[in-house]
Amino acid sequence: MKQENFYNFAYLDEQTKRMIRRAILKAIAIPGYQVPFASREMPMPYGWGTGGVQVTASIIGKDDVLKMIDQGSDDTTNAVALRGFFELTAGVESTTETSEASIIQTRHRIPEDDLTEDQVIVFQVPIPEPLRFLEPRETETRKMHALEEYGLMHVKLYEDIATHGHIATSYAYPVKVMDRYVMDPSPTPKFDNPKMHKMAALQLYGAGREKRIYAIPPYTDVVSLDFEDYPFSVQEWPDTECGLCGATEVYFDEVVTDDHGGRMFCCSDSDYCEKRRAAGHTGKQPDQAAEV
Amino acid sequence: MNSAGVDSPLLRCSDLSKYYGRQPGCIDVSFELWPGEVLAIVGESGSGKTTLLNCLSANLEPTSGTVEYAMRDGTMPNLFDLGEAERRFLMRTDWGFVHQNPADGLRMAVSAGANVGERLMAVGERHYGKIRHSASDWLERVEIETGRIDDYPRTFSGGMRQRLQIACNLISAPRLVFMDEPTGGLDVSVQARILDLLRGLVSDLGLSVIVVTHDLAVARLLSHRMMVMKDGRVIESGLTDQVLDDPQEAYSQLLVSSILQV
Repeated sequence: MKQENFYNFAYLDEQTKRMIRRAILKAIAIPGYQVPFASREMPMPYGWGTGGVQVTASIIGKDDVLKMIDQGSDDTTNAVALRGFFELTAGVESTTETSEASIIQTRHRIPEDDLTEDQVIVFQVPIPEPLRFLEPRETETRKMHALEEYGLMHVKLYEDIATHGHIATSYAYPVKVMDRYVMDPSPTPKFDNPKMHKMAALQLYGAGREKRIYAIPPYTDVVSLDFEDYPFSVQEWPDTECGLCGATEVYFDEVVTDDHGGRMFCCSDSDYCEKRRAAGHTGKQPDQAAEV
Repeated sequence: MNSAGVDSPLLRCSDLSKYYGRQPGCIDVSFELWPGEVLAIVGESGSGKTTLLNCLSANLEPTSGTVEYAMRDGTMPNLFDLGEAERRFLMRTDWGFVHQNPADGLRMAVSAGANVGERLMAVGERHYGKIRHSASDWLERVEIETGRIDDYPRTFSGGMRQRLQIACNLISAPRLVFMDEPTGGLDVSVQARILDLLRGLVSDLGLSVIVVTHDLAVARLLSHRMMVMKDGRVIESGLTDQVLDDPQEAYSQLLVSSILQV
């Protein structure tokens, strides 16, 4: 049953979209800089992606094809709910296939497949300020960004090494964009940080509660911060392959499969995994596919 | 003391006044501070000591007057003609600021080592091993067990926190250190150790220091020269021993005679 649509296209009114587009343009012009914007109340709670939704609503057109992912998967609650939101309010086509989408809104993951110049990836951001937990004053952190005082960022990494023996920050790992602004790719796992570097697609970040938008234009340098003697590295799963498709160099989810300690690893990017299986790759536990 | 820089003062304060609305903080203060010199500013609460210190360290913009500082490149600009970025850079490299309350100068939620290493990281040191080595070296110099390098300052006693704060400031080899009641709120035996430590470090490193205190004993122990302030004005200045042994102004005489004799 098709519900009748009483909403303006993509929910937001046109003036709000213009305001958000102006913020997006400014964000693209100053890569990594957090642009304040007049975030609206959305018909979903903060933390569900209100920032990402507003960005998507402002850039989406009737011809766009939308892909919505949450933790890499197209079928988790957040992804399903937000996809339904745009199907209802914008009536646009949606897809689960990375290559088919013109706009990909994501929470956490960047798809395993390379994105193209024709695509835009929109991130839902809970906390845009990388310095927040070290310096609680917003007036001070803004000044630190303005004056490029980023020593404090390394204090955090130092603490990691002192406490854990290595840089234990595994998500929201700070990056420096175009050798100027330090940016929080929160809450993307650091596994995906290298994908942000010189990505062909436009990256837009929206934080609804914190009222900030920032962006990385295509083909921009993005460097993960580190120490000379403790260089940046991504998570590794030695001797692990996807139970369903046999992939190795991907970000894994660990899934408990029964009540007897049974478990398996599988690709967190569900579309990537499905495509590989369709192409004939199999892992060691293919019978678990229905469960996952 | 015969290096080339000694021909000119490190800091020159001219006709400095700061008004809070109509209320004066400090009025027409002028003095020069020379390399390696320790200057004490004494006076009772509300006499304008802290206002003066905050103006000198560029934390407060004065209403009128200038504070010139001899930069490492040999120029001597007015601090308030510098950009904010330059002033803040001075603050974390060439200067130190020891607050009365260590919590104001430390990050209580990060470890002692990270606190001490912060200045190094701020000026671009990116080698963990080197940062850690310097940090533990400095902890040793301020008599904190190096085994506590990963402990949080909130687990430290008041005296240890103050010593940690001193290490945080001195690691960047500053030329000028501001101190606001560095031993305030500490018991006398702890005070004595800190003063002893400061005295050693100041003479070893050839630091210039401006120390604000209401405690004349601190001034006597640390400083070469002192200025007595009352109601925002400097009423008497001179060599520390001279001012304390033979105060000229009535108020200075009162201050000196108010010291408790034990």
